[in-house]
Amino acid sequence: MRYLPLGDADRRAMLATIGVGDVDGLYRDVPRAVFETARLDLPDGLGEIEVERALGRMAAENLSAGAAPCFLGGGAYRHHVPATVDYLIQRGEFLTAYTPYQPEASQGTLQAMFEFQTQVALLAAMDVANASLYDGATATAEAAMMANRLTRRKRAILAGDLHPHYRAATATYARFNGFEVVARPPDPDAADDLEATIDDTTACVVVQNPGAFGQVRDFGALAAACHRAGALLVVATAEIVSLGMVKPPGAMDADIFVGEGQSLGNPLSFGGPYLGLMATRDRFVRQMPGRLVGQATDADGRRGFVLTLTAREQHIRREKATSNICTNSGLCALAFAVHLALLGEAGFARLAEINHARATALAGQLAAIAGVTLVNDTFFNEFTLRLPKPAAHVVAALARRGILGGVPASRLWPERPELADLLLVAATETNGDDDIAAFAGALAEALR
Amino acid sequence: MSEGSQAVSASSRRAAAASATRNRGLEIDELLIFEQDVPGRCGVDLPAPPRFADRLGGVRRAGPIGLPGLAEPQVIRHYTRLSQKNYGIDTGIYPLGSCTMKHNPRLNEKLARLPGFADLHPLQPPETVRGALMLIDTLAHWLKTLTGFPAIAMSPAAGAHGEICGMMCIHAALDARGETRTHVLVPESAHGTNPATAATCGYAVDAIPANTRGRVDIAALKRRLGGDVAAIMLTIPNTCGLFEDEVLAIAAAVHEAGAYCYLDGANFNALMGRLRPADLGFDCMHLNLHKTFSTPHGGGGPGSGPVALAASLARFAPLPWPVHDSGGLWLIERADGAAVDSIGRIKGFHGQFGMFVRALAYLMSLGLDGLRQAAADAVLNANYLLASLQDVLTPSFPGPAMHEALFDDHFLKDTGVTTLDLAKALIDEGLHPMTMYFPLIVHGALLIEPTENESKASLDRFVAAMRTLAQRARAGDSGFFRAAPRLAPRRRFDETEAARRPILRWRPAKEAAE
Amino acid sequence: MSILRFTREHEWVRLDDGEATVGITDFAQSRLGDVVYVELPEIGRALVKGREAAVVESVKAASDVYAPLSGAVTAVNAALANDPGLINRAAMGDGWFFKLKPADRAELDDLMDETAYTAFIKELG
Repeated sequence: MRYLPLGDADRRAMLATIGVGDVDGLYRDVPRAVFETARLDLPDGLGEIEVERALGRMAAENLSAGAAPCFLGGGAYRHHVPATVDYLIQRGEFLTAYTPYQPEASQGTLQAMFEFQTQVALLAAMDVANASLYDGATATAEAAMMANRLTRRKRAILAGDLHPHYRAATATYARFNGFEVVARPPDPDAADDLEATIDDTTACVVVQNPGAFGQVRDFGALAAACHRAGALLVVATAEIVSLGMVKPPGAMDADIFVGEGQSLGNPLSFGGPYLGLMATRDRFVRQMPGRLVGQATDADGRRGFVLTLTAREQHIRREKATSNICTNSGLCALAFAVHLALLGEAGFARLAEINHARATALAGQLAAIAGVTLVNDTFFNEFTLRLPKPAAHVVAALARRGILGGVPASRLWPERPELADLLLVAATETNGDDDIAAFAGALAEALR
Repeated sequence: MSEGSQAVSASSRRAAAASATRNRGLEIDELLIFEQDVPGRCGVDLPAPPRFADRLGGVRRAGPIGLPGLAEPQVIRHYTRLSQKNYGIDTGIYPLGSCTMKHNPRLNEKLARLPGFADLHPLQPPETVRGALMLIDTLAHWLKTLTGFPAIAMSPAAGAHGEICGMMCIHAALDARGETRTHVLVPESAHGTNPATAATCGYAVDAIPANTRGRVDIAALKRRLGGDVAAIMLTIPNTCGLFEDEVLAIAAAVHEAGAYCYLDGANFNALMGRLRPADLGFDCMHLNLHKTFSTPHGGGGPGSGPVALAASLARFAPLPWPVHDSGGLWLIERADGAAVDSIGRIKGFHGQFGMFVRALAYLMSLGLDGLRQAAADAVLNANYLLASLQDVLTPSFPGPAMHEALFDDHFLKDTGVTTLDLAKALIDEGLHPMTMYFPLIVHGALLIEPTENESKASLDRFVAAMRTLAQRARAGDSGFFRAAPRLAPRRRFDETEAARRPILRWRPAKEAAE
Repeated sequence: MSILRFTREHEWVRLDDGEATVGITDFAQSRLGDVVYVELPEIGRALVKGREAAVVESVKAASDVYAPLSGAVTAVNAALANDPGLINRAAMGDGWFFKLKPADRAELDDLMDETAYTAFIKELG
């Protein structure tokens, strides 16, 4: 077997050193009743050719988003990842390294993560960011628990246009962790008065910007209302590219920022692995979960980087840790960092503009179709259309025509039949004029 | 006097300044990207967008973000130079106990990047992603067969996330029985994620001591069991590298008390293909695809932690449920019908699909015969290290070990050298240190897991280095160890100062001075 | 007349004129290593004997500090915010954590005096 370097002579010599006749002798503590008793119905190993053929066949059964005009958003966005990113993250010293617990032998990972933390803090206009969490949904749940610790309260108000997966994950954690979640009803028109929901039992209010239906808002007044009541404001984003143009959470006086970083550096990959982002104010840093990389000086007086404030984490604090998180999304964070390093200040702002320009052009064309209404006043690169018939049927018809034409609201809010005619549509820099024309044409057809 | 602070000797300063650039041959000093900014510079060519009417409603970002501008060659050099300061599995033996740092096959990387896998949006209509659903189903079948469980939750993002998933299912099962149980038991030797997980799920944690053989003290366990205990969380082999030989009796006792048995599957590498954890009496277990099944550690993730479930817990599994029935392959994304008792979502979308592709490629490449051989070689390698080092280090427990061997620092007694010092000296030998100071039940632990991918020659080199270092420590040369490492890209850090005055990001000099 | 007592969790408490000063012992600080951060209770908080009052964090560990006596917190050692190393250098003096007004002097009775504590830590080895 190509991954196993021991030969039979090696094995015999090693067994002799150990002093047992065969390897099964090393398993003597395993009860005989359970050892090697089951006949496992699994095939034997294959060479590369056969494995490639088998998995290649599975891959060929999928319609990849690059093979069809793709306008899907809903918390995952199709962006162009520069060729450089994939080569750098596949360098073996990054790919095959462990968590950097031995800093002297991991300065590559540590410096890259220190830079990542800085990049995230800058994007969100916050003081400090962690070295990643699993995804936007779990980051939201962690933010609610962080707010509970900071305020010593137990109630999170979740805005009606928070991504339903973020809401659902937070509600699951709430049930078992012992706090309460007030989930406001879905709010396509961004009309909900969240300030009225806050009282002195509120630990945090969680909003999303742009919202799940696409609306863009300034939450400065809401932040003030939260703070007057002793609560914290958590601002989430599912589309990190929006921060190239949209006012960042830090400038709205938010206390905690959480986000999904998939849009930069990371492929869609059918939903994972993705990249949870979290940033906060300096004064809250000791309650922030996740790893933190800090600058340090070595014995020769040279600058370097180490994992720090680790006493908050599971391997030390155990049942009193800020989180049980251990492995996070290191390589995804590196991909994000490389992509953003390539974009830089000028490129990131321009990327955001191109996304917004594509979306405004698309919205214009689609809203012009008879029977189609644009729901949003504001949006960045994703907006909501109201169709004259259930959006799920329309999307299925579009798929049959080879167009991935948006996410029906019923896919994300299946328990809300009143949203069945809503379609979430996203456009990015990967959508050219012909994509847009094809979509508009096919949608008009499908609605005739 | 902290372990991290060192007196800087004049000779070491001289060594560091041996070149004009401060570079040391191929190891090149590298500034932060923020320190290499050229305003307006960009490593991507994007066309200027056509004029458009802004639809942001005035909620625009004002002022610069503060990101640096670099061209593509600068970015490639930056990250290439950084990578050269890292040690990876590709570099050499990475004997971290309980981490299973096995080889990360490149075929996995190639297949995960097929557009038919990488370029799939999670919310595409199911008819357009039949192959992806088939892959998840196929991997699920492999994992259920290897573990012996009838059901598996695929969505947890990592092992610790899998632990939360499993404990939430147990909690939900007890809720459904109308029982309130408040405590979870973990062995003293448990990994820190276990009690942290239990606490996250609302449980108080009680530790069960180990007996003199390094296993769970079953008498102490039986004394503690009661109507307030929801579950026990065990790791098998345990974190001392030993098989819990009383596991059948433990599981029986726990079940008799009305509680559940959770298995932390981090150490499954010793057992895969040779025994099924369901046969040991467990009710659920998480797997670490990034340990046992070769998906890369990536400097800290991403992982993937599917949770196999017994029939008694299957209905509580988190959404979504990948389903394969007469209707074909699809996803249940609502908690109704068959999934009405689901605990709901614990994550966005469907799980770490990119890691599923890699793990399935690995499983298909090894096959049942390869998995069994890999497990046997992992156990053989660990015992070979134990046998080769037991006269110079102090094994904490008599063998045989499973896939990892545990030593403590008794052999360093009165030398003035600590486990940490020894580890730092290993770095200078071009070897990554083992896991240190874990498990907590022995003093100054050294937990060594070579995995099946080390050749005998590699193991012999490791043994030779360890023997030399152990002898040098016993000879009283503590100064040598305290000054280690000398040859790594950085020497030991002042971690005290880093934690007292944390600098967690770069700031422009003007801002930093304020 | 100053009364000095010790707990099994390595806190010390010194009672002077109706006010109690609390810290951790030299033995405790030496096992913790360099202290990097202390989380102190708010002034006015009602502490309960034996329950968590503060948290002390070093690079490698984080430990709860328990209240040796019940009572309201009257003062906290502000110097620790900028110089947590005071705890390592002067655990029994300048490295004090907080002061409280004891609710029940009888709670002192089951604490160890200095001789008993010295014997206690010797046994721990």
